[in-house]
Amino acid sequence: MRDIAIVSFVQSDCVRDAGARNEVELIMPVVRKVLDNVGLESAQNVDFTCSGSCDYLQGAAFAFVLGVDALGAVPPIKESHVEMDAAWALYEAVLKIQSGQAESALLYGFGKSSPGELPIVLSQQLDPYYLAPLWLDTVSSAALQARAMLDSGEITEREMAEVVARSRKNAKSNPHAQLKGDVSADELLNEPTYLSPLRKHDCCPVSDGACAMVIATVEQAKKWGKPYAVLKGIDHRIESAHFGARDLTKSPSTEAAAKAAGVANGPIDIAEIYAPFSHQEIILKKALGLGDDTVINPSGGVLAGNLMMASGLSRIGEVAMRIINGECKRGVAHATSGHALQQNLVAVLEGA
Amino acid sequence: MAELAAVVGIGQTKYQTKHKDVSIAGLVRDAAFKALQDAELTWDDIDAVIVGKAPDMFEGMVMPELYLTDALGCNGKPMLRVHTAGSVGGSTAIVAASYVQSGMFKRILTVTYEKQSESNAMWALSNAQPFSPHLNAGAGGFFAPIIREYMRRTQASPEAGIKVAVKDRLHGARNPLAHLQLPNITMKEVEESPMLWEPLRFLESCPSSDGACALVISNEELAKQSPKKPAWIRGTAMRSEPTMYAGREEVSPRAGIDCAKDVYAQAGVTNPRKDFDCAEVYVPFSWYEPMWLENLGFAEKGEGWKMTLEGATSLDDNGDIPWNCSGGVLSSNPIGASGMIRFAEAARQVRGDAGDHQVDGAKLALGHAYGGGAQFFAMWVVGSEKA
Repeated sequence: MRDIAIVSFVQSDCVRDAGARNEVELIMPVVRKVLDNVGLESAQNVDFTCSGSCDYLQGAAFAFVLGVDALGAVPPIKESHVEMDAAWALYEAVLKIQSGQAESALLYGFGKSSPGELPIVLSQQLDPYYLAPLWLDTVSSAALQARAMLDSGEITEREMAEVVARSRKNAKSNPHAQLKGDVSADELLNEPTYLSPLRKHDCCPVSDGACAMVIATVEQAKKWGKPYAVLKGIDHRIESAHFGARDLTKSPSTEAAAKAAGVANGPIDIAEIYAPFSHQEIILKKALGLGDDTVINPSGGVLAGNLMMASGLSRIGEVAMRIINGECKRGVAHATSGHALQQNLVAVLEGA
Repeated sequence: MAELAAVVGIGQTKYQTKHKDVSIAGLVRDAAFKALQDAELTWDDIDAVIVGKAPDMFEGMVMPELYLTDALGCNGKPMLRVHTAGSVGGSTAIVAASYVQSGMFKRILTVTYEKQSESNAMWALSNAQPFSPHLNAGAGGFFAPIIREYMRRTQASPEAGIKVAVKDRLHGARNPLAHLQLPNITMKEVEESPMLWEPLRFLESCPSSDGACALVISNEELAKQSPKKPAWIRGTAMRSEPTMYAGREEVSPRAGIDCAKDVYAQAGVTNPRKDFDCAEVYVPFSWYEPMWLENLGFAEKGEGWKMTLEGATSLDDNGDIPWNCSGGVLSSNPIGASGMIRFAEAARQVRGDAGDHQVDGAKLALGHAYGGGAQFFAMWVVGSEKA
């Protein structure tokens, strides 16, 4: 894979309810800022634009169509959309650049989850004939997974609480985080269970917001004269939709993607992992082959704020910005989709 | 520089009002399996799967590709889901082609579908939104005023729309997969069918269909080893513009003009009417044939309806540039797949594999799709030769 430069990344605050602001109003500020950071006037100045969103969050067909209004797409632009987290929009753009059809791309993801009941909305991701009619929501499927982890002895409830305590602590330095603060594992373990074995704090919050990124070939980034991080590898894999056909305590799709993306080709300083539930961070850390010398989720991760359809791209952006700011040399970012970590994407980033 | 990519397998289900015989998974698997059979391949030969469909609300499932992974033999592989409104079938084929053109994949499977009978597309398109006018009219109601403006500007004979409705159904009668089978349709019958959205009559509108379409796309090396003739992808282009903006030209959108220019340049097309042997163009309502003839440069401005009436786009009239030989969207419309069917049918023509609707000796064909408020465009050019 030809090296790709991640030049600019902007994320909105994670807020529980963006109120009267619509999707265009969530997207516009981050798109404006991400372009300003590169010195670009509009989406006309990049070769390709791609976004990620989900109609069901807005409760309307073609929710992404209005997103185009946030871009200033007059005259028309080369544009595409995935009904996935925007991390996969980045993937589509990477293919475009690899094939020589684009030198630069603008990516964005957005989600306004507050109008609906997100876990229940996502129950409709399941098999429509056998599972979706049961309204098995995403918290319940995660609880099944956590129970399998505890029963197998792979984790303890204390380890889950420690993940949360670290997330809250790390999030103190993240201005966009929704949940942050100093709290001990002991205090967390004193909380009642919500959907056993999960406590409320084991689950990511529901957030509204958006994020945007500008990428380019290394040659183009140099022309722009802006600092950048280099995307060295990116891969994603999916697993069966049937819980019964999977070992929920492992993430073979993450392992395969990590191998293909080249995670093990060097030391990993930081990792931003999309783990909406505390126990999943432990599964993913293992699947990514990360040791204790890697700093996990320095931003607090999605337990501190989860922008559906944008959090995956945000993980990549978080790592990129820390590399650009000189905080680390090599990092890995991860995105997930579906119930109980069904689909996973892994990206490896390095300094220029 | 992009790797060469070619279509080496095509699979389509029968298009019909209700596929009660299969689940959604069964429907997509049917098309995918047929594409593999066409290419004489198995699931193990596929490196990645790219799924496309129109809004999730059309079946009432959120991100259904997650559920379809088992049916598409994708476990352990990369899966991507494209959604770009009505153009999605075309966009998905273009994204799928980029997997191979990037050099990162050798051979991929792409599948698009709609199972409209699971829900109701018109109502799925019509739910009220805050701060927006409520449109209870579906797609026909949205496009009818734009068509009326085309007729006003060009002083087109009202017969042109009726002619397209007849012509595409006669084409569809040659295609056993087409949903509507109306071999005896007449101008009079179309004219007497109920008016739905002035000037669009019932028979000037597309049906609601269940169906799926799949393609196997491979790189040059594997395409050469393929048992059947490959359709070489000679150009791909996409364009988007907002639904509304001051001064927007809605009859002949700039995004369509720019997209065509881009894809023609890649394929070396300078005179589309002469250079192409046929075209599969997204015409869900009859009048969009003359409108797209002009938008895509096949006819001079204001002359598209005359070209249609003269029979230039008709196989049965021995037209010089047949459009929608498969019967087009007017004969089958599983929305999410409709764009890919255009792309696939263009490929069938240049492979010489289009059965009774084959254009003799077709060497170069255009596949076209559009969506949203005629604001998203996807096009590709396929050829029997690499260049």
